[in-house]
Amino acid sequence: MSHSTKTAHAPAHGAHHSGGDHHDPGFWSKYIFSTDHKVIGIQYGVSSLIFLLLGFMLMLAMRWQIAYPGKPIPVVGALLEAVLGQPASGGVMGADLYNAFGAMHGTIMVFLGVVPLGFAAFGNYLVPLQIGAPDMAFPRINMASFWSFLIGGLIMMVSFFIPGGAAQGGWTSYSPLATTIPTDGQTYWIIGMVFLITSSLLGSVNFIATVIQLRAPGMSWMRMPFFTWAQFVTAFILLLAFPPLEAAAVLQLMDKVAGTSFYLPTGLIAGGKLADISGGGSPLLWQHLFWFLAHPEVYVLILPAMGIVGEIITNNSRKPMFGYRSLVYSALAVGFISFIVWAHHMYLTGMGTKISTFFQTTTMIISVPSVIILTCLFLSLWGGSIRFNSAMLFALAFLPMFGIGGLTGLPLGFNFSDIHLHDSYYVIAHFHYVVAPGSIFALFAGVYHWYPKATGRKMNEWLGKLHFAGSFVFMNLIFFPMFVQGIAGMSRRMSDGGASYMVSDATADVIGRLAKSVIDMNVGISVAAFLLGVSQIPFIINFFVSIFRGEKVTSDNPWDATTLEWQTPTPPPHGNFTEPMKVYRGPYEYSVPGAARDYLPQNQPSRA
Amino acid sequence: MDIPYTVMPRRDTGLYNAKLGIWLFLASEVMLFGALFSSYILLRVGSYPGVWPHGLLNVPIGTVNTLVLICSSVTVVLGWAALKANQFAKYRKIQSVTLACAVTFCCIKSYEYYDKFTHYEVVLKDGRVIDGHLVEKVGGGQVVNGTKQHPEAIVIHGVEFPAEAKAAGMAKVPLLHNLEKASGHHLEHKEFRIPWSDTKKVQNYGPWHNTYLAIYFTMTGLHALHVIGGALVMGWIWGPGGAMWKTDPERYTNRVEVSGLFWHFVDLVWIFLFPILYLL
Repeated sequence: MSHSTKTAHAPAHGAHHSGGDHHDPGFWSKYIFSTDHKVIGIQYGVSSLIFLLLGFMLMLAMRWQIAYPGKPIPVVGALLEAVLGQPASGGVMGADLYNAFGAMHGTIMVFLGVVPLGFAAFGNYLVPLQIGAPDMAFPRINMASFWSFLIGGLIMMVSFFIPGGAAQGGWTSYSPLATTIPTDGQTYWIIGMVFLITSSLLGSVNFIATVIQLRAPGMSWMRMPFFTWAQFVTAFILLLAFPPLEAAAVLQLMDKVAGTSFYLPTGLIAGGKLADISGGGSPLLWQHLFWFLAHPEVYVLILPAMGIVGEIITNNSRKPMFGYRSLVYSALAVGFISFIVWAHHMYLTGMGTKISTFFQTTTMIISVPSVIILTCLFLSLWGGSIRFNSAMLFALAFLPMFGIGGLTGLPLGFNFSDIHLHDSYYVIAHFHYVVAPGSIFALFAGVYHWYPKATGRKMNEWLGKLHFAGSFVFMNLIFFPMFVQGIAGMSRRMSDGGASYMVSDATADVIGRLAKSVIDMNVGISVAAFLLGVSQIPFIINFFVSIFRGEKVTSDNPWDATTLEWQTPTPPPHGNFTEPMKVYRGPYEYSVPGAARDYLPQNQPSRA
Repeated sequence: MDIPYTVMPRRDTGLYNAKLGIWLFLASEVMLFGALFSSYILLRVGSYPGVWPHGLLNVPIGTVNTLVLICSSVTVVLGWAALKANQFAKYRKIQSVTLACAVTFCCIKSYEYYDKFTHYEVVLKDGRVIDGHLVEKVGGGQVVNGTKQHPEAIVIHGVEFPAEAKAAGMAKVPLLHNLEKASGHHLEHKEFRIPWSDTKKVQNYGPWHNTYLAIYFTMTGLHALHVIGGALVMGWIWGPGGAMWKTDPERYTNRVEVSGLFWHFVDLVWIFLFPILYLL
């Protein structure tokens, strides 16, 4: 532990205070208010996994209401009524509560779950290790980032319990709807978002500065692992795309609390009467500002996942990554183009066909680098001697799942086919294939893969494979039928699962109506969702029990990996490396002909 | 554990960490204010023809405030240059001007805000509109059952627009102002004493009054928060943080440079805010 003697007092900019070791830091500064990027990464990881579980629970309650509308929710219904009161009266999920849970499910999953896990948790833990740096460039700002995130998350949680409940305007918070719903939930949502945006700003500045400034000698740009590249691009997206949402949130906050009309048009009728506002605002303005963030945000969700999958596939197929440079340039291209596709979410707003055509074109263009990335990852498997461990299984599953998610996005990107599919279950299926069996599988893969580095013990393989099998089967059973429902025209916004649109008379005109067979899929999907929840139990057990009972690793590099994070003690001490790192080669030198072993670590000077 | 390049620049990038960090932060800030400027354009272009108000703000006062900020931008550089030349006392003197400019700016801005919050538009039941500054509210104000009572009358020093102006479809007072400007004839400024029972709507020129004032208060308010934040940081470095000059002059100079970069950005935002809100 001699490396951690200066934890608490190591100043953020303190290269000059080299003399005079301080005493050992206490528990609080070592594990709670820590400035160590690895501790912060784990803090982010654990809290975002908890948020993911919570977001999933909200959806389970909603799935019950969709499958059995108006029936009391078993087990938790009484609890919901006790805690939330009227919106859950009789244990039945009312439409207001359904809307609140829907809005918060999206918000929690995106802003408190996947982004903090993929970017902040894995990025914090791994980026400084992979580039051979002792820590982030600004450790104290890093700590501020985490605490800002946690405060933002807590504000979101508190909003469930205020009178009227949490925000009900969807995670997209479209005005005037979000502004005129008579609850303060939206105000909490906005303030929570401001903290989350601050957190991501502090994090992204830190990531970019770290990658640019703190690469070890010899770690040139084209020797950086693909994971670090992906995080680097992600950080730029967060840095530049989030501030417009902050601006949008400030304007919406003014609409909520200062009586302005930024998003409220003249003649707005709310609650059956003319709103007492100055008017003159533009609802379309919110949508532009929101999607200017929220489309790049999609790539924030997926790029870290691609980085993780790239590392794991290369490592477990024991051969160099196929097309490393193409991957890097594609990631950069995706990052850039992601800023000019946002309005493909808005084809139906009446913004005009010319603008739609522009955004349709850019949307098709961005699929090119995305396909290059996926193709390179597929081809990396070609001719490899593949190890099928839990991490690799999840990484392999990512490829077809993300493929389905990506390809089903094309009909949504074309404005003519989007007219039919817009706001239907097809959209839900599409983006969940990208984010749930896509990103989240990659994040699971990452947990299994780097767990031994963080804890010194491996996770149980049998439980891991059980977790994988259940997750894989049930994810598909949930989301594939939604494509069918969506193509049949089922809207995603109905709190009764479409029952009110069901055709009761077989001979009736079915235009604008839903066949019973489409509605009946709701039950199967909800059962699968419940079983998906059950499938996570092995993971939760595995995650906690393996800390104490897992198989101990016998070396610092249990997967025989090449990148620098495996060339440290296990777990890495404060300051990371026991000796100064120097990099001699690219990140993926596996199965090099003539080498003594089948891999050459980046810091190994000769081939011996 | 020591983090490299906290004080001395890295050779291939030519930057120390904090300098890169502040530039990245400023890039983010550009996107923040960029979004607000875009919103301004979209809202203005989308407004009904002739409704966007002109001349609600006092241009000479705004010009003075612009000069105050430009002056502070010069002194913040001179202060840093003094430190580079190893003249700490000179830096303290020059940087105190920067801080004084920041305070002056905030004072002038608060005066402008005060002027808007005491500026009232009173729509009477007969359709006339009285527009001007509040002289006093007569009576009322006491709290009964948790609600504040209306005053008995309100005294306004300003002008009266006839009912016909409204009847001609000119719903908004800013439009009446525009009309007054365009027609060139001055309405008589005098004191009006209006019984509360005659009024239909009494509203001051806060952000709720119209979209122009909404974006004015939002953008200048956010900018003012940046001014206050920047002044607090620079003030701390200038005052209590000055002890670092003795222990680590390089790093101290870097701090002044980094806070100065932020300060330039804040000034630059104002250089854009001034024309779009005061002049155009």
